[in-house]
Amino acid sequence: MALRGFRLTRGGHVVIRLDGAEREVLRDLVDQMRALVQPADGPDSGESDPLALLVGIDPAATTPTDPAMLRLFPDAYGDDEPEATAEFRRFTERSLREGKVANAERVVSSLEGSGDRLVLTPDDVQSWLGTLNDVRLTIGTRLGITEDIEERPTFGANEAELMAYDLYDWLSFLQETLVRAAMGLLPPDVP
Amino acid sequence: MGIAPVELERPITDSETVLDTPWVTIVWNDPVNLMSYVTYVFLTYFGYSQEKAEKLMLDVHERGRAVVSTGSREEMEVDVTAMHSYGLWATLQKDD
Repeated sequence: MALRGFRLTRGGHVVIRLDGAEREVLRDLVDQMRALVQPADGPDSGESDPLALLVGIDPAATTPTDPAMLRLFPDAYGDDEPEATAEFRRFTERSLREGKVANAERVVSSLEGSGDRLVLTPDDVQSWLGTLNDVRLTIGTRLGITEDIEERPTFGANEAELMAYDLYDWLSFLQETLVRAAMGLLPPDVP
Repeated sequence: MGIAPVELERPITDSETVLDTPWVTIVWNDPVNLMSYVTYVFLTYFGYSQEKAEKLMLDVHERGRAVVSTGSREEMEVDVTAMHSYGLWATLQKDD
């Protein structure tokens, strides 16, 4: 099967052909992603200060222990500034999470609302770029991906792990073609 | 003295922004982010030229890190937040 990526049409639309099974795989991944980054409690929760939550402050936000979550929500300051890091996190992590959730929701709705041919609006493109990257960061961190292709498992690796690498490579291909198409939408460099 | 405004712990003035040590946003290399994507983020978020965006991307990739913007602490916090929203690994610190 030839891999089909995103492309930019002459009319300036970003399009891709994805069959039903591919859309299903993506939808499933993005649903999981959304659940993973969802803030722990909504503004209507009685647990936290509702006013703080409304303005995006999350008093409960702390450095994640899961390496994949730490990669999605990194510390903003070096190890020598734990207080600044903690404060930054309280003020920014909730809206960061909400942005990722919104991206994931937009991707899911574009997958649900189309047949084999997807046409992305410029806003869709931004959400797809962010979400594909979030999913790759999560899978890549869990697999312990390195830049050295030689370190990949080959013989003897279990099938689930090999499938995860295949999935990661496919997502990388999709993102690479989407970046290229998105580059084509940018205005030319003004010297 | 009674009517003097309460002094902020860390007063911010225009002159301080100019005279104090500037802060920098650093983007760190990681094995997942695509080189093309990192370039795209530098082009679109910072509005850098293709040449500058690619040079910064290569610095990140080959040297492990690059300073991508300079300014006040507050400005750098905005840039770091933006980098995190794109999935780039970024920190801020005082310029040294």
